Amino acid sequence: MAGDAPVLEIHDLVKVYRMGEVEVHALKGVNLTVERGEFVAIMGPSGSGKSTLMNIVGCLDRPTSGTYHLDGIDVSRLDRDHRAEIRNDKIGFVFQSFNLLARTRATENVELPLLYSNLGLSTLERARRARQALAQVGLAGREDHYPSQLSGGQQQRVAIARALVTNPAILLADEPTGNLDSRTSEEIIGIFQGLNDAGKTVILITHEPDIAAHAKRVVYVRDGVVWRDERIVQMKAKPGQAVGGAELAAAFPFTVAPAEEPVREEVPR
Amino acid sequence: MKTSLLRLWNITKVGLMAISRNKMRSLLTMLGIIIGVGCVITMVAVGTGASSSIQATINSLGTNFIMLFPGAATTGGARMFTDQSKITPEDADAIRAECPAVAYVSPGARTNAQIVAGELNWGTQVWGVGVEWPFIRAWNVADGDFFTDVDVRTSSKVCVLGATVAQNLFPSGDAVGSTIRIKKVPFKVVGVLERKGGNMMGQDQDDQIIAPYTTVMKQLLGSPRINMIYISARSAAEVKEAQTEIDSLMRQRHRIPPGQESDINMRSQEEIASTSEQTSKTLSILLGSAAAISLLVGGIGIMNIMLVSVTERTREIGIRLAIGAKGRHVLIQFLLEAIALSVVGGAIGVGLGVLAPYLVTRFAGMPTQVSSASVAMAFGFAAAIGVFFGFYPARKASRLDPIDALRYE
Repeated sequence: MAGDAPVLEIHDLVKVYRMGEVEVHALKGVNLTVERGEFVAIMGPSGSGKSTLMNIVGCLDRPTSGTYHLDGIDVSRLDRDHRAEIRNDKIGFVFQSFNLLARTRATENVELPLLYSNLGLSTLERARRARQALAQVGLAGREDHYPSQLSGGQQQRVAIARALVTNPAILLADEPTGNLDSRTSEEIIGIFQGLNDAGKTVILITHEPDIAAHAKRVVYVRDGVVWRDERIVQMKAKPGQAVGGAELAAAFPFTVAPAEEPVREEVPR
Repeated sequence: MKTSLLRLWNITKVGLMAISRNKMRSLLTMLGIIIGVGCVITMVAVGTGASSSIQATINSLGTNFIMLFPGAATTGGARMFTDQSKITPEDADAIRAECPAVAYVSPGARTNAQIVAGELNWGTQVWGVGVEWPFIRAWNVADGDFFTDVDVRTSSKVCVLGATVAQNLFPSGDAVGSTIRIKKVPFKVVGVLERKGGNMMGQDQDDQIIAPYTTVMKQLLGSPRINMIYISARSAAEVKEAQTEIDSLMRQRHRIPPGQESDINMRSQEEIASTSEQTSKTLSILLGSAAAISLLVGGIGIMNIMLVSVTERTREIGIRLAIGAKGRHVLIQFLLEAIALSVVGGAIGVGLGVLAPYLVTRFAGMPTQVSSASVAMAFGFAAAIGVFFGFYPARKASRLDPIDALRYE
């Protein structure tokens, strides 16, 4: 890892999609810096550019202009293969729909990123790391289960283990609780919190304020720009209640009016 | 290098896992290749078997063999084939005397007769030939002796039996020394011929009786004409020359000017061989290409299934790409899957292709010959089909956009 430099540094990021004659400006100059060990929630309504941002942060896509440094490396101009290497080495993906390979054991699913890595690990070493990652998410003893034999929460834990197994610079979770009930969601968020406490940088994309409330910092994306960027110093909201004030509730119609105001401070830009 | 080899092996395992997960579908996919490879090998085996058995039959005709038959006769401008033979034993003598490229000559006079031996009787054909006949046909007696020059000159009533005749008239095997009646004329059996089997037409060559041509002509036919002349050239190289010599001699003897159609017909062993070789080659090509087409269809089947598989597994491909698989990893995975399908299918097909000819020989009695070249060719072709037809779907998979692939439902 590249010393104390920010793990993620995005400067003036622009993404334009060309759909026939029409140009769609999905991102209009996003600036974002994430330090090592942060737990950031990225929020925004659909059409805000949130997904585009997540695709670029995840190195699945390239920006039209602007720079993106991940773990000290400029990844904004990398080709397909190099981005694949970066994804393998630096990013741990967790998806809304778990995206595990069916009819493939939990360990084999977790080992998958190691199959494509440049590390050249032996079969035994891969299995050892997979077991270790599964133990980290509390699935020791379920290594040989197939996804169909696991509950949704357990499947998502396998997915988190898969994201962890390469020891990536960031964990990038895209609506990780979207397919789970509220109790299981709490469990999964708890795992992310635990990992963050252990020093992992976690970036969480969500539109659920309750989930975002567990992060240490919330970045609101709207109309292709970072609209607000707040650090949650202290969290008072209870589960089921919304984070953010009246102002936020107005901006995001889906938020419930908060019972208590969380204390936050503006992150200096 | 070690790392990339290891990774290749890992990706291979991934592909094999995918096949074993879809056993039924994999089997159905392979079926085209299995049948194709099996067909190619079987068909080539049948073709080769047929042609080599024909070859063996032709070789059994004799050495440097030429047959001379009466040809079309022209009478008063009307050209027709006739039973009225124009050739005589004197023609045979003249050929022996005047054609240097000829080694052996024997007249051949044929009649059909009912043979009686004791209480048994048997209908067969009787051939009157000369003493050189065994050398021309490369056919020896298994028991007793062939008749002699003296027998021919004195028209002795002696004969040599074909193996089938001997078996039917003398089941106990005491043919030599016995007497049989051919058209009521008693003949002494002096020998029994070796068994030679069927000829090209499938007729049993052992179902005949050989006697001196003089005896057959005088006692059984009463005609100065003979059916054919058996000739053997000095060497294979001299067959053509012998034919030319015989042709000009016969024209001279039968007073046929050059340019006019001769009244005799000649067929050399070589000509017979090349005709039938051509036939069996055509047969082999026909069967082989029909089978090759089924192999091609099998390949298209693999491509079809692989395309379905790629579409069906779009999400899986998306996951793999997202967690760091490069395009070529996905390409190799799907290509290996296609190759594995066709190689395994090819291997099963080889098994089938080796078994089927055996069964054909066993139950249909047709000679077959599995050639290692056809096995190698069919198997190699199957593997090549895997690469060829697997490439397009694999490339399609490797070029998927991870974002779209992940979103695919």
